[in-house]
Order: sequence, then C-alpha cells, then structure tokens
Amino acid sequence: MKPVFSKPKALNDAVMHYCPGCGHGVVHRLVGEALDHFDILDRTVGVAPVGCAVLMYDYFNCDIIEAPHGRPPAVATGMKRSRPDLIIFAYQGDGDLASIGLAEIVHAANRGENVTVIFVNNTVYGMTGGQMAPTTLLGQQTTTSPYGRNLNTDGYPIRMAEMLATLEGTSYVARHAIDTPANILRARKSIFRAFEMQVKDMGFSFVELLTTCPTNWGMSSRESIRRIKEELIPYFPLGVFKEKEVADYI
Amino acid sequence: MSSGKRILVKGNDAIGMGAIKAGCRFYFGYPITPQNEIPEFMSRELPKIGGEFVQAESELASINMVLGASALGVRSMTSSSSPGISLMQEGLSYMAGQELPAVVINVVRCGPGLGGIAASQGDYFQAVKGGGHGDYHLIVLAPASVQEMYDHTILAFDLADRYRNPAMVLADAILGQMQEPIVEREEEVQEPRKPWALTGAKGRPARHIKSLLLKEGELESHNRLLQEKYREVQKHEIRYNELEVEDAELVVAAFGTSARIARTAVSKARSEGLKVGLFRPVTLFPFPGERLRVLSARVKNFLVVEMNTGQMVEDVRLNVSGDASVFFYGRPGGAIPTPMEVYERIVKHYKEQ
Amino acid sequence: MATIKIERDKCKGCVLCVDVCPYGLICQEKAINDQGYQYVVLEDPDGRCTGCTLCAVVCPDICIEVFK
Repeated sequence: MKPVFSKPKALNDAVMHYCPGCGHGVVHRLVGEALDHFDILDRTVGVAPVGCAVLMYDYFNCDIIEAPHGRPPAVATGMKRSRPDLIIFAYQGDGDLASIGLAEIVHAANRGENVTVIFVNNTVYGMTGGQMAPTTLLGQQTTTSPYGRNLNTDGYPIRMAEMLATLEGTSYVARHAIDTPANILRARKSIFRAFEMQVKDMGFSFVELLTTCPTNWGMSSRESIRRIKEELIPYFPLGVFKEKEVADYI
Repeated sequence: MSSGKRILVKGNDAIGMGAIKAGCRFYFGYPITPQNEIPEFMSRELPKIGGEFVQAESELASINMVLGASALGVRSMTSSSSPGISLMQEGLSYMAGQELPAVVINVVRCGPGLGGIAASQGDYFQAVKGGGHGDYHLIVLAPASVQEMYDHTILAFDLADRYRNPAMVLADAILGQMQEPIVEREEEVQEPRKPWALTGAKGRPARHIKSLLLKEGELESHNRLLQEKYREVQKHEIRYNELEVEDAELVVAAFGTSARIARTAVSKARSEGLKVGLFRPVTLFPFPGERLRVLSARVKNFLVVEMNTGQMVEDVRLNVSGDASVFFYGRPGGAIPTPMEVYERIVKHYKEQ
Repeated sequence: MATIKIERDKCKGCVLCVDVCPYGLICQEKAINDQGYQYVVLEDPDGRCTGCTLCAVVCPDICIEVFK
C-alpha cells in the first residue's frame, strides 16, 4: 500500500500546542499543502500574528517572522516590496486582523499588495483566554461579554471578507469553514487559489476561515463543529466573494 | 574623500540623499510636518533607481513595513516627527528585541500632544532611554548641521547594520528646514553580509525572527545579550565634539541645534576673556558620559542648554563628578534660546564660581 | 485494501475523525497517550477501510496518514 494522504513537507513533525479540536491545525495543513503544491516552500516567508498562531514558526519549514499585534499586513508589505521574488503570506486571527490591525489589513488590501493573507476567524480571542472579538456573534458569551455580545454596547460582528471584497485593490477574497470534510476541501481549493494568485503576480489574496475554539467556546469538539454550521455560517456566509481574472498591474 | 563640490541643500533633502548614498532603496512613511520633504524626496528619487516608496496608512504601518523589509536583509528607513515617532515605539521595541537594523529619522517638533510644528528637543528622553516597552536602546545620533544630516544618515545605516539594532537620527524642525552647503560623499558605502536575514529557506534550515521567548530563562539570557551589545556600542561608538574646553572654567553642554546656538554664545564669551568651552555629544546613545567625567575632574561648572525643560541635563548630572555644578537653561514648546540668552547665562554662572 | 496510521502520541482525542468515518472504524481508547489524551485507534478487523481520507481531512493534529 502507498500513502495517499500524508502530512505536507512544509510542516515539521512537532506536536502542535493547539487545544484539542482547534481549527488552526487544519488551516496549517492546508497552507502547507499549498506551499508544497506550488513548490514555493524555499522561497516563502510567513508572517506570524500575535495570538494562538504566533507559534506557527514551530511548525512550518519556511522562514517566518513574528509581527507586532495586528501588523502582519504592514510587515508583509515591507517584505514583498523589497523582495518581490519571495512568496509572502500573513497568518492572522480575528483579534489581530479585524480589531487592532484593521487599518493595516484594509490598506494592504487597498494597495493591492501581492501577498496572501490567511484569516482565521473563531469569533473569540483565544490566546488571552476567551475575550470578545470584533467577530464575536451577537449574544455570544465571552469573558468580556459575560451577558452575551450586546448590539447596543458592542455593535455588530464585522464581516471582513465582504468588507475587503468591496475594495478595488483586492484580487481574491473568499470565506470557508473548517468543519465538514467537504467544507475543508473547499477551503483547501481557495487557499491554493490564493497562493496561485500571488505566484502569478495577480495581487492581494485573502481567505477567511471559520474555525472552532472549543476551549473558549466552552464546548466539546463535536459541539464546536456543529456551532460553525448552526451559528457562524448563517452570519458569515461562505463563498468566493471576488476573483479577478486579470491583474491590475501594468 | 570627495571632490569637495559644495551644493546648497535643505536639511530634510540631505537626509534623503544620505539614505540613498547608504544604499537604502526602501522607504516607508506617513506625512507629518516638519519632515515632509523626506517622503517627498524619496517618492521622487527611489523609483528612478529601482527602489520602492510606500506611503503608509500610519506611522504604525510605516515602522512595521520597515521591520518587514529589514528582516529580509535590505536597508530600509522611515522618517517622521514627534507624534508619529510616538506611534512607532511599538515597532521599535519589536525591532530592538528581534535585533533588526533600520534607520528612523525624527525631525523633532514640539509637544506634548499635537504641540506645534516648531523645533524642539523634547524627544531626548524618548530617543535615548528606549522609548517603547522593555529594556532596550536605540543608537541615537544628533546632527547639528545639514552636512551632518547627510553624514549621520549614512552613519546610522552603518551602525544599525553593525549592531543589528535600530538607529535614530534625532534632528529637529530647524535642521530639517534650513539650507546649508554640503559636500556629498564619493566613496561607495559598503553593506555588510546579513547571514541572519529571511531569504527563503533554500538549501538551509528555516530561519525565524521573533521576540517571544517563553522557555525558562530564555528571555533573561536574551536581555543579557542585548545589554552586552549596548555595552559594545558604548565602548566603540561614542562620538562628541569639543570647542576650547582645554582651559575652560565653564563648559556649555548642548546637542544639535542648541549646540549651534551655544557655540555663538561661547565665542562671544571667549572674545570677552571668559574661559568657556563647548561640549557637544554627537551620539546621544551611547552618551559620552565618560568624557564628561574626565572633564569634570578639572572643570567644575557646566551649563546645559536644551530646547526643552531639561532632559540631557540629567545624563550630564549622572556623569560629572560629585563636586561639579550643573546649571540648566532651556526653552520648551518651540521657543528657541537666543545666543544672547545663553551668553547671559554663561556670564551669570561664570561669576558664581 | 486500505488503512490508516494514527500517530498515537500526537492525537489529542478530539474525536472529529470518529464522527466522519463512514464505517465507524475509529474508536477512542480509555488509555491515555504521552500528552495525557485519550487517543483514537483504528478498529478494522474486517478490512472495511476504503482510504477515503475523510478522517485525515478533519484531523486538526495532522496525525493520520492514509494508505491505499
């Protein structure tokens, strides 16, 4: 028998620190498979966020830098502008990207920087212990919204993919869910497409992934997977929101 | 060596010229008065020589773009003025922790807050004591002429690379806006190899640049290494200028624009027979404290002149011997001390001996 | 003829693989692994695994390899 499914070469053998059932591992694998597929591992530099995924450099076999909280798109901009031959990807959580780093993501997207941003949205601050995120759903209890997110005091959850898709500068914007095998395979396809856009100099690519945080949701892995379908997807619809066929670059 | 051809240049433009001479091809910045000529110069000149100019969305973004470019091993820089530099402190702390070189220009204006656009030296503490969170230092150069705006920018790139540490040129609105003749450097600037840079892990293990050190004792060791590096900087990179200190009974200590003003006052005092000298720190970090200590074995009166309410004066007091008197004259909030005011202070304290 | 190999000590017992296996061939053990988790194992005495890879696709710890 031959292996038909193995860990991508882009990832090493370390045991990941993520909690049981956390979606980061699957997203890491999909990114790793994309780096393998396009044979770009040895010319890729990743930008790690502040949050649970800050330790991603312990798992990827490519060069990685750690950016200040929310600044990965700016760091990625500085990198891609100075070495356009390298493949640059930023990996960010919802607090990092949609809260403290909102200006950085919007402007990197608007400039059409030829980088790939992987956005992991689990509707909560994971590493700091489950506080309210800009993507926390209305009514969702977190350690800083103990009575549930309140529309009157906290506002609505932000839909990043839709927001970025409105910018002329973005080339590829999609949202997928890391829950069922079918949805994970769709996410894989989009992540591949996002890296392909960069390889082909097509401009800014962005994939948002709805993932679980069983620990901070106070749920089992199974319940968390169900929550994605029952609560997250109705508010954060899945799909490819934008896909340019031709690059804006002259 | 140079042909000696003098050209008339504005201070801010001299910084851009120095940066390009130093091999900087990547500039990231956000507009703020009184340094706008720097991004304007870079946006005009860099595309001509294969460089990149990005007008960032904020100073937060600027410094992080510099962080990214620097991590790949290229020379890059940003410039701003006081309120913008405050926003950069986060990135500067990360870069110091990650040991990334870069050059940051601060054309200081007056504060606190939005303050005003006139010249000030109110950012001395922020520049030389770290500025952001954690135990770290920037290398800080204090030009006092347009020629030095050019020279110090080149030097800042060299020192930043040599010590893998951000370097700041601490100028001010007067130095940025005034025009003076300068002579451009002719010999090529040598850039060191950067075996630590992220270049893609082709043919080598993956490399990581980080400042999060969670293993027991790891961060303490890292901090000790950083301090060791700062001691090396203090050992090798102290620069200062002196004028007539040999027989001086009173020494005026001032940096940057204040030193220019003080120089006129010192000359006037000398012409009237007062034994007065001038001591100008060129590097603010490393601070030439040892030289002050040596001087203070003989000179017992120091007058520190600053365009603030007294910042460098603290470092002077820390370094001179216990029986020396340190007087201070400063004007904050964009007010500029006149040579006459400084002269009067010299006379007053000279007589108090 | 297909099978899977589960790296016991990387498994965190989230059991997402258990739920997606079309034939219910993956079970959680009572025993714990080096990390302290009740890991999962393949129980396939009749050789019913088809190598569909669904278990590996959902595994957050990337500790399932599939052979065909």
